[in-house]
Amino acid sequence: MFRFIVRRLLLLIPTLFGLSILLFVWLHRLPGGPETAILGERGTPEMRAQIRRSLGLDEPLLMQYGRFMKRLLQLDLGTSISTKREVTTEFIQRFPGTVELTITAMVIAIGVGIPLGYLAARRSGSILDHASVGGSLLGTCIPIFFLAYVLKAVFAEWLGWFPAIGRQDSSIDATHPTNFFVLDGLLTREWDAAADAIWHLILPGLALASIPFAILVRITRASVLEVLGEDFVRTAEAKGLTERVVRRRHVLRNAMLPVATSIGLLTGLLLSGAVLTETVFGFSGIGLFLYEAISNRDYPVLQGFILLIAVIFTLVNLAVDVSYSLIDPRVRVR
Amino acid sequence: MTLASGQKKDKLDRLSELAAVRDDEQGVSLWRDAFRRLRRNPAAIVGAAILLLFVLVAIVGPFLVPYDPAAQIGVQQGVVRSGAGIIPGPSSDHWLGYDHQGRDEFSRLIAGSRQTLIVGVVSTVIGLTVGVLLGGLSGAAAGLGGRWGRWVDNVLMRIVDMLLSVPSLLLAVSFAAILGPSPATVMIAVGAVSVPVFARLLRGSMIAQANRDYVLAATSLGVGRGRIAISHVVPNSLAPVIVQATLTLATAIIEVAALSFLGLGSQVLGQPEWGLMLAEAQRYLGVRPALAIYPAVAIIITAFGFTLLGEAMREALDPKLRK
Repeated sequence: MFRFIVRRLLLLIPTLFGLSILLFVWLHRLPGGPETAILGERGTPEMRAQIRRSLGLDEPLLMQYGRFMKRLLQLDLGTSISTKREVTTEFIQRFPGTVELTITAMVIAIGVGIPLGYLAARRSGSILDHASVGGSLLGTCIPIFFLAYVLKAVFAEWLGWFPAIGRQDSSIDATHPTNFFVLDGLLTREWDAAADAIWHLILPGLALASIPFAILVRITRASVLEVLGEDFVRTAEAKGLTERVVRRRHVLRNAMLPVATSIGLLTGLLLSGAVLTETVFGFSGIGLFLYEAISNRDYPVLQGFILLIAVIFTLVNLAVDVSYSLIDPRVRVR
Repeated sequence: MTLASGQKKDKLDRLSELAAVRDDEQGVSLWRDAFRRLRRNPAAIVGAAILLLFVLVAIVGPFLVPYDPAAQIGVQQGVVRSGAGIIPGPSSDHWLGYDHQGRDEFSRLIAGSRQTLIVGVVSTVIGLTVGVLLGGLSGAAAGLGGRWGRWVDNVLMRIVDMLLSVPSLLLAVSFAAILGPSPATVMIAVGAVSVPVFARLLRGSMIAQANRDYVLAATSLGVGRGRIAISHVVPNSLAPVIVQATLTLATAIIEVAALSFLGLGSQVLGQPEWGLMLAEAQRYLGVRPALAIYPAVAIIITAFGFTLLGEAMREALDPKLRK
């Protein structure tokens, strides 16, 4: 087990190395460099050249990459061109927002998706089954930013039940020791601040949950259906175990294995979706900042953020693989 | 003699006829069997019907539209002033009203189906081609290639893992950003996202096939490894890839819309496209939200059609469900 984890972590190095080269070359071919973003269309060629020089963009690509790599080994991702702050600082400050949003979406998707998928499988062929399968197929077909706009228009702007933008109401003057706004509120015992932060999470969380929810319903349903047909379930029933015990110990435990793997893979989907939902809801997280970095041509931010997201994504999947072998004794990682 | 040979010929004819008929009855191939079960699945019928309608509209629609989808009629007549928040809704002349540039929304919606179909199909084909090449090479190397093959497979799969380790939208964003704004960019960017999916799928399926008895049989008959891979293993491994391609068509259309939303979309001059229409409409949500709803509903219905058919195909081809 230990060797497996070490090997997977070592594999991360060539992956990230390759990724950094790709990103570096890609991003530096972006049309209209950061000088256009800073100066707009006005700047004279001299002013542009000066900005490029001050950012070190006039050097050969290889030199620039060497400098980037050297700093990367010191865990320094450079400074943002638009905010003049360190990329790592920006990331650490904004990441908690995205984590909160992602967890909210995951809780909604798991909390509703898995029970619904389970019920659909138990009552296979019923109206509930058809409705949840059809609904979840439809769910994957709705562009997430459109859903976000609809939720915002209906529940925030029209009905006024939820706030339309941001992470917390500006009238609340809360302290943020961790930048996890909900956690901060609980830690500092400012219950209003925590409640308000949760309130701000619901609509973007719902929008972001739509696709993971749809996927979880289908995977759970398929997995439960498969397990229900297994011999060991019939044996368990035949030896007189109560339905509750059979369901809990035999069906659910076995059916949850593929579901657990898919949850890890959903992280990537959630991070993609976060860029779109955070943008619609003006929710300050890494997604919104990335969106701004795209329009500002903020190379260091784009580079650093995408690399950090790749690291996190890989670590989450590693954690899922490890936990998988803990849930299922038959799976032995090598 | 002649009589005997004539009888013999008759007999042979009859026998071959019988054999032909029986061959026809027995020869229920994987695909034919799948197709038969697909026809009985109402979801597949609904999905296929939606797609048929979509393709039909994409082909003939642009010729039948009442107005030129690029003409700014509303602005010329002075009835549309989007800057002042005036965009008239449906009327008997303009069934879905005007868009923000005074163009006939109904004509744009119908004509837009063509570009949407093209973008979706081309980006899927790009992803499919590159993914199948990568995955096929990798799968053949891993399954049949021996020591050296495993090395090739390892290198190729690290590249695929690298693509997989970036969330799909960010990958598309990176591609769209380097290639600059053009319709080809969007298609390449969206196609690139599906490359690792196709590659992994085909590789996995080929490795599973490589352990089958027919591969052993072919090997023992002296068939070359390259030929076994191309004419035996690949055709038998393609089913999940084809199902995935159908599903990818749905996500491709949605991803194109997402790229447009992030400001990285592009259009062929004068050619409306649903994703771009939806993205452009976001700015006028306060004035006329319907402008976002029309293309969004069109996208949702089309993607739903592809998804229904893809899922039904997956079910039909699943060996566990075959009787």
